[in-house]
Amino acid sequence: MGGALLVWAFFAVVAGGPFRGLDGTAAVLNAAAPLGILAVAVALLMIGGEFDLSVGSIVGLSGMAVLLLTRHWGWPLWPALGVSAVLAAGAGLVNGWLVVRTGLPSFIVTLGTLFVFRGLTIGSARGLTGRTQLGGLGETPGYEAASWLLGSQPLGPLRVSIAWWLAVVVLGTWVLLRTPWGNWIQAAGGGAESARRAGVPVARVKIALFVSTALAAWLVAVMQAVRYTGTDALRGQMQEFHAIAAAVIGGTLLTGGYGSAVGAAIGALVFAMVQQGIVITGVDADWFQVFLGAVLLAAVLFNGWVRRRALSAG
Amino acid sequence: MRYGRVEALERVSFSVRAGETTCLLGDNGAGKSTLVRILTGVDRPTAGEIRVDGERVEFESPRAARDRGIAVVHQDLGLVPLLSAWRNFFLGAEPTRGQGPLRRIDVRRAAAIAQAETAAMGVELEDPDRPVATLSGGERQAVAIARALHFGARVLVLDEPTAALGVRQSATLLEQVRRARERGVGIVLVTHNPHHALPVGDRFVVLRRGRVAAQLTAGDASAPRLESLMAGEGP
Repeated sequence: MGGALLVWAFFAVVAGGPFRGLDGTAAVLNAAAPLGILAVAVALLMIGGEFDLSVGSIVGLSGMAVLLLTRHWGWPLWPALGVSAVLAAGAGLVNGWLVVRTGLPSFIVTLGTLFVFRGLTIGSARGLTGRTQLGGLGETPGYEAASWLLGSQPLGPLRVSIAWWLAVVVLGTWVLLRTPWGNWIQAAGGGAESARRAGVPVARVKIALFVSTALAAWLVAVMQAVRYTGTDALRGQMQEFHAIAAAVIGGTLLTGGYGSAVGAAIGALVFAMVQQGIVITGVDADWFQVFLGAVLLAAVLFNGWVRRRALSAG
Repeated sequence: MRYGRVEALERVSFSVRAGETTCLLGDNGAGKSTLVRILTGVDRPTAGEIRVDGERVEFESPRAARDRGIAVVHQDLGLVPLLSAWRNFFLGAEPTRGQGPLRRIDVRRAAAIAQAETAAMGVELEDPDRPVATLSGGERQAVAIARALHFGARVLVLDEPTAALGVRQSATLLEQVRRARERGVGIVLVTHNPHHALPVGDRFVVLRRGRVAAQLTAGDASAPRLESLMAGEGP
């Protein structure tokens, strides 16, 4: 939390008025929302002891599914949304089942599915339509309602995706801290063997977490597709790393067993602040990655230091 | 008990009584772990039988053994280090309140019970919210034992409990075993260290190479005698 304030203060001074004002703040929040949704789901999975590197590819896959169903096969929008959600959940199930069955590190498994899902997205788009960029979603029946729910700007420059982000954070925090499932998630990541002995269905918990990251990816994909009335086979690329970075900046342990949804949300906020701050300051956008890496490393070191202090103060 | 062609345990017979501590002694490879696995339902014996309350039973799984009141606390204590004491205490058995989507853990009740049960083992947890990694070895063991007792253990198997404890904390183990006995629990203390077994045990079963080398009562047992029995020298 303190780190986030520091970053904000830094840019408030350096970038000045445009950053501090309503437009700047709105730009930051709008940018943070989709990443924030992914980050919360990814954080929960990391707390449960696993990684999902295929999240970005599932974003691309979900968006492309919606566009192909509606524009290539003429479906109305809402059934297409439903089917693409099922497809995304299926992708999550594949991830979860592979990790649990093979016992391989999820890092490796989802690295593989990252390519498989992305390949499926590009291949099906080009194979069916000859293009990798599809548009025209605005003409689909059912678009207006979807646009209002997923792509509108209800409060000035603030987008509705921010409300969805907030809902995801609240849901994630509730599940993690107040439900038995949340206890099981923390135990699965922090002591899987002890959890199993206590009767926690660790495999089932992990599979459910993979499905939840996939559905978070679907939500982000659908919001983007509705907003831009189209999609691109490369949509979501790199998002998995940004989401993991946001979760880690927000205090989630890479080794599992510890972290928070709120922390991941703050991490996404920091990320967006750096992103927008650089744009506003006029610094060459290429330096964004340098900045990002530096912030990430600093956050991990800081979090590690705080945790060591907390654990030794006993 | 035969694994393939290896006779891991042969003609081993002993009993556990309520309120009594039976120490299972033996060097590495003597068959202690095999016996513990059979007692706790992890493995099924290839010959012989288990009786609870005089009635013959078979455990198809660890859960079946636990339902019959046989609980085991392993060397690692079965705790999740970053979780708090109350979360560990109720892991897999979280008390809830509310219905449907609003069903949530009854945090207040969970923390209160965990605190009370651990206090009954002689350890005061000032803050049941702190990760158990911040507790001392003896305090963590109290949490693990209190958990087993709370969930209905009638036989408590302690597997090498002193292996990870220091000298002073071994004394707290003594205290915890004493309190468990007072509640009428039968204790099986598995160890390779006779010095830790002597202050605690009522009866001593010494295993050597899969067989019972001797069964002694507290009066007959001494450290040198137990050591030589474990090593295979003399009666």
